[in-house]
Amino acid sequence: MKGGLRQSMAFLHTWAGLLFGWLLLAVFVTGTTAYFQDEITRWMQPEIKGERHLVASAEGAVDYMRRHAQGAETWSIQLPGKRSVAAMGYWKEKGETYLQWRDHAFMVDGRGVRVDARDTTGGWLLYRMHFDLHYVPVLWGRWTVGLAAMFMLVAIVSGVITHRRIFADFFTLRPGKGQRSWLDAHNLGAVLALPFHVMITYTGLVTLQAAYMPWGIAAAYERPADYHRELTGIDAAPTRSGTFADPAPIAGMIAQARARWNGGDPGFIAILIPGDANSVVKITQDTGTSMATRGETLTFDAATGHMRTPPASRGGAAMTESVMVGLHAGRFAPPALRWLYFLSGLMGSAMVATGLVLWTAKRRPRLPDPTRPHVGFRLVERLNVATIAGLPFGIAVYFIANRLLPSAMAHRAAWEANWLFIGWGALLLYVFLRPPRRAWIESLSMVAAAYAAVPAVNALTTDRGLLRSLAAGDLVFAGFDLSMLVTAMGFAFAAWKLHRRPLAPVREARPPRGDIA
Amino acid sequence: MRHPIVPALRIASRAFVAIVGGYVAAALYAATMARWLPMPRTEAVMTGMLASFAIYAGVAIMAFAVGSATRAWIWLAAGCLPPALALCLSTHGVFA
Repeated sequence: MKGGLRQSMAFLHTWAGLLFGWLLLAVFVTGTTAYFQDEITRWMQPEIKGERHLVASAEGAVDYMRRHAQGAETWSIQLPGKRSVAAMGYWKEKGETYLQWRDHAFMVDGRGVRVDARDTTGGWLLYRMHFDLHYVPVLWGRWTVGLAAMFMLVAIVSGVITHRRIFADFFTLRPGKGQRSWLDAHNLGAVLALPFHVMITYTGLVTLQAAYMPWGIAAAYERPADYHRELTGIDAAPTRSGTFADPAPIAGMIAQARARWNGGDPGFIAILIPGDANSVVKITQDTGTSMATRGETLTFDAATGHMRTPPASRGGAAMTESVMVGLHAGRFAPPALRWLYFLSGLMGSAMVATGLVLWTAKRRPRLPDPTRPHVGFRLVERLNVATIAGLPFGIAVYFIANRLLPSAMAHRAAWEANWLFIGWGALLLYVFLRPPRRAWIESLSMVAAAYAAVPAVNALTTDRGLLRSLAAGDLVFAGFDLSMLVTAMGFAFAAWKLHRRPLAPVREARPPRGDIA
Repeated sequence: MRHPIVPALRIASRAFVAIVGGYVAAALYAATMARWLPMPRTEAVMTGMLASFAIYAGVAIMAFAVGSATRAWIWLAAGCLPPALALCLSTHGVFA
C-alpha cells in the first residue's frame, strides 16, 4: 500500500465494492421494492377486493379452521396491516414442520369470507430474496447476504475516508464528461443519502445478528432457546389435557390487546393446541404500529379468554435492537416517509450501479488496447449490464407472469418466481452475445418495454386496469401501474441517452491520479 | 524478494486479517461483553451483538490502513488479547 491512508482506503473501497457489487445491487433493488411489498401483493391478487376489517377477518379465519382443522397443532393468522385487505390463515398438523405452512394456507377478506385468490408469493418473494436469495438453502443465502452487507459497511467507511470533498459533492454533477460524470453521479447518490446508507447497512446486519454473531449467546447461556425465552418473555408451549373446551371469542381477546396497546393493532395470532382445555392464544402487536418493530406478544387462556401477566418491559439494549430493526424495515412509515424510504433505496441502488460502471469507465482509457480489453475487464462490463438491466427485467417478467400463468396451474407461485429468473437469465445470455455498447442500449430498451407491458397486460387480463383504477380512485392499483410506466420511461430515457451519445474517443492513457474508484 | 506474486500475497494477508480476523475479534468482544457487562444477561448479550459489527468493520479498515501486512497482524493480535484474557478468566472461576 503506497501513498498513504487515502490511497489505501481508495483501494479497499474499489475492491470491497466490486467483489460484492452485483450481489449488493440485487439486495438493494429487492429491498427497495420491499417497502411496497404489501401493495405489490395486493396488485398480484386482483381477486381480493373490498375494505379491511381486522376483527371480522380474524373471526372468519378462526371459524374456517374450526371447520377444517380440528385437532391441528397450531392455527396461525397473519392479520392485514394498515396497507392490506386480507388476512391469511394457515395451520400446522402434528409432525409437520413450519416450512410446510403453505400446504394449509387460505385467504380471508374483510367480510370474514374465504377468497380464492390466485396462488402467488406477491411482494413477499422480493422481500425474501432481499436476505434469503432464492434456490439456495436459507442459511447459505443469509450468510452470503450478511457478508455482502459487511463489505458494504466497509466500502461506505473507506469511501468516506478517501473522500476529499463531502460537502461539495452535494452540488456537483458534470454530465457528458465520461468518467468524471460517473464519479459525480456515484458521489451524489452516495453523499446525498449517506445517513440512510449507513443506517440501512448497519441495521440490516442487526436484523439477523443472532444468526451472524451468536457467540455472546453461547458465552452466557447453556441453551440458545433460554436466551430467546428470557428476551421475549414468551413461556413454553402448553401440553394437551385431553379435555375439549370451546375457545372464547377471539374478538374479546383482540379488544383486550388493543386496550393494552393504546389502540395499536395486533398483527399476528397463534392458537396453540386449539380445542384443548389447555389451549393458549398468543397475540403479537403489528410491526407497523411503532418504530420499535419487535411487538409485544400477549398470552391468553383460550378457554376463558383471560389474559395472562404481560411480559416485563424491555431493557435499553433490547429496545435499541427493536428500533434499529424497525428503522430498517420502515413498517411504521406513513406514506410520505415510505416514499422517502423508497427513493433512498433507489439512490442506494444507483450508488452501487454507478460504482460498478465507474470501475470500467476509469480503466477503459488505461487499457493497452481499448478495442480489445482483457478478459477480466470484459467480464465486469458484461456482468454490469446483466445485473443493472437484468434484475429489473426479471422483476417485470415476474409481474407479467402473475397475470398470464393459468390460475389452476400446479406450483403456480413457484413458477412465477421461476419466470423472474428465466427473464433475468435470458437477458444475461443476450448480453454476453452482443458487443458491450449495443448490449447496454438494447437491454435497457427491453427493460423499458417490459415495464410498459405490465399495465397493458393487467388491463387486458383483469377488470382492474389503470383507467378503471383511476376512475374508482383505487390508489394502490393506479399507483402500481403508474409506477410501472414511470420505471419504463426511466429505462427508455437511459437507452435513448446512450444511443445518442457518440462513441467515446480513445484517449491517451493517463497515469492514475489516486482518485477514488 | 521482488517476485511479482509478493504484492498479491501481502494483499491476501491483509484481506485475511480483515475478513477472518475481523470476525474473530468481533466474536471475542461480543462474548466478553455478554459475560462481563454489569447489566441483566439478555441486555449484556444484546449490547455485545449490537457492537460487534462496528468492531468487525473497524478491524477491516485497520487491516488496510496500517503500513504493512505484518503490522495488521500485530494490531489484530493486540486487539484480541484483552477480550480473550477476560473470557479465560470468566470461564475459570473469576466471574464478574
